[in-house]
Amino acid sequence: MTIWWKSWADFWAMGGHAYFVWMSYGALLAAIVVETILLRARRRRALDAIEEERDLEAEN
Amino acid sequence: MNWFYFSSPSTFYGLAGRLAPPSFILAAVLAAAGLYLGLGVAPTDAQQGAVYRVIFIHVPTAWMSMFLYFVMACYCALTLVFNTRLSAMMARAIAPTGAMFTFVALWTGAFWGRPTWGTYWVWDARLTSELVLLFLYFGYMALANAFEDPRRGDRASALLAIIGVVNLPIIYFSVQWWNTLHQGSSVSFKGTSMHVTMLAGMLVMSFSAWMYAIGATLVRVRAVILERERRAQWVRDLGAA
Repeated sequence: MTIWWKSWADFWAMGGHAYFVWMSYGALLAAIVVETILLRARRRRALDAIEEERDLEAEN
Repeated sequence: MNWFYFSSPSTFYGLAGRLAPPSFILAAVLAAAGLYLGLGVAPTDAQQGAVYRVIFIHVPTAWMSMFLYFVMACYCALTLVFNTRLSAMMARAIAPTGAMFTFVALWTGAFWGRPTWGTYWVWDARLTSELVLLFLYFGYMALANAFEDPRRGDRASALLAIIGVVNLPIIYFSVQWWNTLHQGSSVSFKGTSMHVTMLAGMLVMSFSAWMYAIGATLVRVRAVILERERRAQWVRDLGAA
């Protein structure tokens, strides 16, 4: 279970494939961040719609 | 035990709320372990070099893209056969996460393919059928939301999702049926052709993706339930309490 890389610089360089490796991992991270934001926004919208419905009823 | 207890949206709403946080925590812990194994411990591949490390996210996301579609189609079948409300909501909740995993599988495959094959994209059977899967998810979501009456959207989109299931064996067996550029499977029931830490990293990352998909689906289904049931008394009592 020893670490394969000699140093952090060695790790980030990914044997010269840094661009391809980090573009891949970065895309997954970005996708998860975007989904999390969208999920929160959707829940917020749903709760707002319920609030609106309740206010409308209170007016009538 | 009442098997239908949790098939009611109002009771499932609470259950989903309780199950989502532990799913995300488990996903994070597994991701940390999997990344440590895959990016830290596993040796660099002698032929491909370090770019092979993309497989630790490429393979799990590709597996999840197909598995989630299958689960979504099962919920769609329940919707059509039993006309249950929660199954349609679950299918709607799975689709965006499935599409996300499909996109990431295609993207990571492209960035692995450029240094390895010399191209980001080829119209190869495996790549093309996976792209069709992405369009099936988009088509499902568009059709589900195309009707004024959501129940009609449920049924129409369910039919599309079920027909689309034929694409799953095409994706899976494409590397055997056609002479594709994409390699065959390295993991099978007969054994594997890779280093043990590589396999362990890939499996741990797959469980992490699985837990994340469960968490995201549960959070989304709660939002879908609120959208669809906003006129129900139990939803009104939620905020008032």
